[in-house]
Amino acid sequence: MKQRKIGILAMQGDFAKHEAMLKSLGVKTILVKQIHNLQGCDGLIIPGGESTTLTKLIRNYGLHEPLRKFAKRHPIMGTCAGLILVADHVDDERVEPLRLIDITALRNAYGTQIDSFITQVDMQFLKDSQPFRAVFIRAPQIQVVGDNVDVLVTLKGQPVMVRNKKILALAFHPELTDDTRIHRYFLEQF
Amino acid sequence: MEKGSYEVKVGLAEMLKGGVIMDVTNAEQAKIAEDNGAVAVMALERIPSDIREMGGVARMTDPQKILEIQKTVSIPVMAKCRIGHFVEAQILEQMRVDFIDESEVLTPADEANHINKHTFKSPFVCGCRNLGEALRRIGEGAAMIRTKGEAGTGNVVEAVRHMRQVIGAIRYLTVMSEDELMATAKEMGAPYYWVKKTAELGRLPVPNFAAGGVATPADAALMMQLGAESVFVGSGIFKSSEPAKQAHAIVQAVTHYKDPEVLLNVSTGLGEPMVGLEMSELGEEDRLQERGW
Repeated sequence: MKQRKIGILAMQGDFAKHEAMLKSLGVKTILVKQIHNLQGCDGLIIPGGESTTLTKLIRNYGLHEPLRKFAKRHPIMGTCAGLILVADHVDDERVEPLRLIDITALRNAYGTQIDSFITQVDMQFLKDSQPFRAVFIRAPQIQVVGDNVDVLVTLKGQPVMVRNKKILALAFHPELTDDTRIHRYFLEQF
Repeated sequence: MEKGSYEVKVGLAEMLKGGVIMDVTNAEQAKIAEDNGAVAVMALERIPSDIREMGGVARMTDPQKILEIQKTVSIPVMAKCRIGHFVEAQILEQMRVDFIDESEVLTPADEANHINKHTFKSPFVCGCRNLGEALRRIGEGAAMIRTKGEAGTGNVVEAVRHMRQVIGAIRYLTVMSEDELMATAKEMGAPYYWVKKTAELGRLPVPNFAAGGVATPADAALMMQLGAESVFVGSGIFKSSEPAKQAHAIVQAVTHYKDPEVLLNVSTGLGEPMVGLEMSELGEEDRLQERGW
């Protein structure tokens, strides 16, 4: 995926962290705020942030359908709020997800900020014995996993990172660490 | 498993970037804020312009009121405690509020010391007028910094002054030789460690938000173009003639802060913004920004 350009949905949230990580990997990035920014993107990252806010902003600028169309041809990685937005279902009607992967996202499933945490998760799906320092901030949980969804990473038996053919969704924030393995996986395997 | 660490605290501040944090005084206002795209709400007894009008000692909000707001919205709920009042902060942490604002808008409880924020699991945001003040607060454990501006005035001039002072001083640090940093730290009254860190990073070590006098979408975009990473709006929304419209417009303005076409659209036909206060009408003793050390 060397010469590809990756869009980062830059309406609200920690999009600058994803941008910095991709740049450190020598990847060209485009900040996506309006429909026309999607032109020329070969993939997209939906960052962490507030999923209710992102829902409003996506709707206001008519990005909902264009993003769904984009996903038919290009890969999307969603982290935290991004996971909620790519899910088929969300346990909260305040959020209008893009319905791109057969999972149900439970918002703020671990509690408020005081319950946010950092923990080690294993990277067996990469056949890598080095664990990943996963940062969970008011994180969602993944409740239902459909048949065509692969679970890549679990925490206490619960899926926290899943994929289908075009979508990679994770409940934690690799962009808040210096560990580039998950971003590289997205760039190389999608 | 690591909880309440500095990294976890700053993590939430990162998620709030590019957003608008709105002051609300009841569940109904909180719902309007969430429905119109706020990334978080600040739960208050009274908004700053009313605190200013009523006078007297301004304290932490009644937990009952905060609870009502927590039950209504799904976005983070913040609340204010008095400067130095670590027991109010303990109560807010017990309530599991998502962020504690140790705020000059309330009457200070300690005339020399701010709260030692390292001893809390909840993250704190603190106000500043300049870089030295920002780095002292970070030294005490703040996970987010905002300009103080002048709350409750609807006049953005002080927030602009404070943001320019912070950003300008950071720029100055980045061109200094390392030999000069200790003397600068002494002059700024800031911890050397954080002065050095800021010089290396070329930005504040924690997210840098704007607050204090933001009343319109144009004000919010101005603060973003000056270098703010998010905007707090206090009295500007619920003191305007059409709060929902104003809230919606300010959220758009922060996302599209560099796009004049969007800014024009969202600024048009908003009704009356809050009535502003000229700084010269405000005596030294009435300036909330002078609180904090």
